[in-house]
Amino acid sequence: VIELGLACLVGGLIAFLYGAGAALYGGFTGDRRWVDSSRRAVYSAAVLLTVCVVILESAFLRDDFSVELVADHSSTTTPTLYKMTALWGSQGGSLLLWAWVLSLASSGVLFATRHKHREVVPWATGVLCGLGVFFCGLMLIAGGAQPFARLDPVPAEGVGLNPLLRHPAMAIHPPMLYSGYVLFSIPFAFAIGALVARRLDASWIRSTRRFGLLAWIFLTCGILLGAGWSYMELGWGGYWGWDPVENASLMPWLVGTAFLHSIMVQERRGMLKVWNVSLICGTFALCLLGTFLVRSGILESIHAFGASTVGGPLLGLIAVVLIGSTALIVSRQRELRAERRVESLASRESVFLINNLLLVGLCVIIFWGTFFPLISEAITGERSSLGGPWFDRYVTPLALLLVLFTGIGPLLAWRRISAGRALRLFGPPAAFAAVATLALALLTGAADEPLALVMFGFAAFALTGLAGEFARGASAQRALSGGSWASSLAGVVSRNRRRYGGYIVHAGVAIAFCAVAASSSFQTSRDVRLLPGETTQVDDYTVTYERAFTNVDEAEDRLTFGAVLDIDAGGDHMALTPSRNYYSGRSAGTLASFFEGEATSEVGRSGGATEDLWTAMRPDLTSVDDFIAGADRRIDRATLPAGGDLPDPNTPGGLEQMRQIAAARAQLQGLAVQNLRDRYEQGELPVDFRINVNPFVIWLWIGGATGIIGGLLAAWPAAAARRRVADVHAARLARDLGRA
Amino acid sequence: MDPDRKRKIRLVVALTAAVLLATALVYTSFNASTEARSPSELLAEEPSGSSEVYGNVVAGSIVREGTDMRFEIADRDDPSASVPVEYTGQVPDPFREGREVIVEGELVDGTLVADKDSLITKCPSKFQAEQDPDNVIYDPEAS
Repeated sequence: VIELGLACLVGGLIAFLYGAGAALYGGFTGDRRWVDSSRRAVYSAAVLLTVCVVILESAFLRDDFSVELVADHSSTTTPTLYKMTALWGSQGGSLLLWAWVLSLASSGVLFATRHKHREVVPWATGVLCGLGVFFCGLMLIAGGAQPFARLDPVPAEGVGLNPLLRHPAMAIHPPMLYSGYVLFSIPFAFAIGALVARRLDASWIRSTRRFGLLAWIFLTCGILLGAGWSYMELGWGGYWGWDPVENASLMPWLVGTAFLHSIMVQERRGMLKVWNVSLICGTFALCLLGTFLVRSGILESIHAFGASTVGGPLLGLIAVVLIGSTALIVSRQRELRAERRVESLASRESVFLINNLLLVGLCVIIFWGTFFPLISEAITGERSSLGGPWFDRYVTPLALLLVLFTGIGPLLAWRRISAGRALRLFGPPAAFAAVATLALALLTGAADEPLALVMFGFAAFALTGLAGEFARGASAQRALSGGSWASSLAGVVSRNRRRYGGYIVHAGVAIAFCAVAASSSFQTSRDVRLLPGETTQVDDYTVTYERAFTNVDEAEDRLTFGAVLDIDAGGDHMALTPSRNYYSGRSAGTLASFFEGEATSEVGRSGGATEDLWTAMRPDLTSVDDFIAGADRRIDRATLPAGGDLPDPNTPGGLEQMRQIAAARAQLQGLAVQNLRDRYEQGELPVDFRINVNPFVIWLWIGGATGIIGGLLAAWPAAAARRRVADVHAARLARDLGRA
Repeated sequence: MDPDRKRKIRLVVALTAAVLLATALVYTSFNASTEARSPSELLAEEPSGSSEVYGNVVAGSIVREGTDMRFEIADRDDPSASVPVEYTGQVPDPFREGREVIVEGELVDGTLVADKDSLITKCPSKFQAEQDPDNVIYDPEAS
C-alpha cells in the first residue's frame, strides 16, 4: 500500500508537469482544448494527492513503523488525535500537506473560472502547476523529505511526537497556517496570469478575491492558535515573543491585509494597479519565506526543527518568484497605469493608501528585525540579534495609527468628502473617544501608560464609528422597507456582506489591539519560590501553595509534577492546579531522560472578562539530581550484562533477552519514579511559581474570533439569483448614504 | 500649482520620509542589538551594552537564593575563561552543570547581570537525535 502512495505522489508530479506544459502551450496557441486538458490534469493531481494523504494517515493510524515518517513522529502510545496530526509534524508530511492543499485550492479556483478569463486562466494554471511540480518534486528529490521512505529492519516502536506539539491548538495550527500560505498562491497565480496576458483590469481580482480572503482567515486562525498555544503551554506568561517563526507568519498576514484593502481601490476606481500586483507577489514570497524559515533552521527559534535539506530549493523558488514578478511588472508598466488619480486626501482611496503604507511599513520593520542576525553577520561579521523591546518601540506607534485608521476608513466616501459631512460623521465618535479617554485617565490607572491610553482612545473612536455605520445602514434600510430595527439591520448586513463583514473585522481588530495594549502594559508578573503551606500576595490575590501532587501516564511515558494552589480573592476561594509534564525519551530508558528534554507546562488559569490569573510552576529538581543519577547507575548495574555488550536483537534468542532486560529495567525504574514522586509529594522540593495577573487577555481571543466571523461573512458567496438584487440594493443604499 | 509638479513634490516628500525612517531603523537596530560573545571575548572587550553570552555552566558554580541564581559560564573550549552570572527568572528544565547555555545581559564590575528570563539551555532535542532504529527496540515498554 505504501508503494501505492509513492506511485500516487509520482503520478501527482506527472499530472502537474503535464498540466503546466498543456496550460502554457494552450496559452501560446490560444487552443482552448489544451487549457481544458490542463485543468483536468489539476483535478487528477488533486485526486492522486488525496490518495497519498489518506495512505499516509492510515499508516499513522495503523502504527506502520516500516514507514520512516511514522516511526520518527508517532508511536503506539501516541493518542489517536495526535497520530493523525503527526503527519504535519514532519518535513515530508508538511510538504505533502502543502502540495495537497495547493491541488485542492487550484482545482477549486479553476472549476470556478472554467468559463471565464480565457486569456488569464492558461497562465495562472501554468503557475499553479509549476508550484505543484516544485513541491511534489521536492518531496521526491530532496534527501529525507520523501514521505513514503521505508525503514528496514522495521522498528518495534516509534519515537513519538514531540510533547510540546501534543496540544489541541498545535494539532490544527500548522494546517491553518499552511492553508493560509497556500491559498495566497491563487491570487498570486492569477496576478501573474493577468500580467502575462496584459489583462490588467479588475477581473482577475474579482475571481480570486474570495481565495485571498479565505487565505487571510486561515492565516488569522493559525496565528491566533499559535498565540494561544504559547500562552497555555509554554509557561512563560505571554502569547507573543517576536520569535522568528511567529514573525514569519505575521509578515504575509500584514501584506495580505494590505492587499485585500488595495484591491478594492482597483475594483472601484481603477487605481493602484502596480501596487496590487506587487503586494500579492510580496505576500506570496513572504508565505514561501515563512515555510522556509520554519523548515530551514536558519534562525534560532523555539521552532528549531533542525537543519534540513529543503532550504536551498525553497530559497531558489523565492528568488524565482521575486525576480520573475518584478520583471513582469516592469515590462507591463504601460498597462498598469492608473485609470484615475486620487482626487482628495480626504477620500477612502487615500486612506486605504495610508493604511497600506502602515501595514507594509510594519512588515518592513518586522522583516528587518527578524533577519537582523543574518544582516549583521553579513555586514559586521558578528551575529547580533534584536529583542522584544526593539520590536515594541517601532511596532507600537504604527499599530496605534493602524487602529485609528480602522475607524477612519469605513466612514470616508470614495473620491472626496465635504467638510460638513466629515464633521457630522467624525464628530460623534471623536467626542465619545475623547470622553472615554478622559474617563479612563481620571477613574483608572490607565494614564500611567500613555501609549496604552492612546490605544484605548483610538479603539473607542473606531468602535463607535463602526457602530454608527451599522446604525445608519439599518435606518436607511428601515426607511426603504419598513420593519423592525433588528430585521432592518440583519437585512442590510446580509445584502452587503462584503462591506459589513469588513466592518466587523475592523471591530475585531480594534478589540484585539486593545487587549494587546492592556495585557502588555498593565500586567503584574511575580516569580516566587514556595514550599507547601507558604503564601504569597499578587495584586488582590492571596496565593497559597497547598500541596504537591504527581501523576504518571504510562501510555504517554509522562511524569507530571503539579501543585494545588488556593487562591483567595477577597474572601472567594478557588483552586488552581498548574503542573509540569516530563517526558521520557522513548528509547533512552533512563530516569534522567525525563528531565533533560522537552517538558511542557500546564498552566493553571482562571479567566474572567477583565483579567486572567495565570500560574505556571516548575519544581526545582537540583536537590534530587544526585538521586536520579545514582538510581540510573544502579539500574544499569543491575540489569545490563557485564561488559556492557547487549545481545543482538536480530537473533531470536537475542530479542527475547532484550525483552527481559527491558522488563527488568521498567520495573526498577517504576520503583525509582515512585520514590521520586513520594519525595516531591511530601513537599521536599521547592517549586518556582510564576504568577501573572494579565488584564483583558480574553478580549484578544474575542477580538480575533470577531475578526474571523467578519471575514467569513465577507467571503460568504451570495446565491447567483440574489446577487443582482443585492447589487441593486447596494447601489440604492450607497445612494441613500450619499456615497455613490 | 500645476498637478504634475504637485505630484513630484509629494513623491519627494514621501521618499525623504521613507529614507529617514529607514536610516533610523538601521541606526537603532545596530545600537540596540546584542552581540553574541563567548566569556573570554566578553571579558576582553568589556562592552558597554548588552551581550548574548554563550558557554558551558561551570561545575559546582550554581548557587540559588530564592528565585535568584548565580552561576559561572566558561568558554566551550577553554574552561579556565569564565564569567560569573547573576540571573533571575525562569530556568529551563535541562539546565545543569556542564550544559551549554546562552544568557543575555550587561557586564557590571566583572559580573554578567542577566536580563530576566533570558537563559536558554541548548540541548540536542532527544526527539530528533534518537533515530537509530536498533536503539528503539531497547525500550522499557516494548515487552
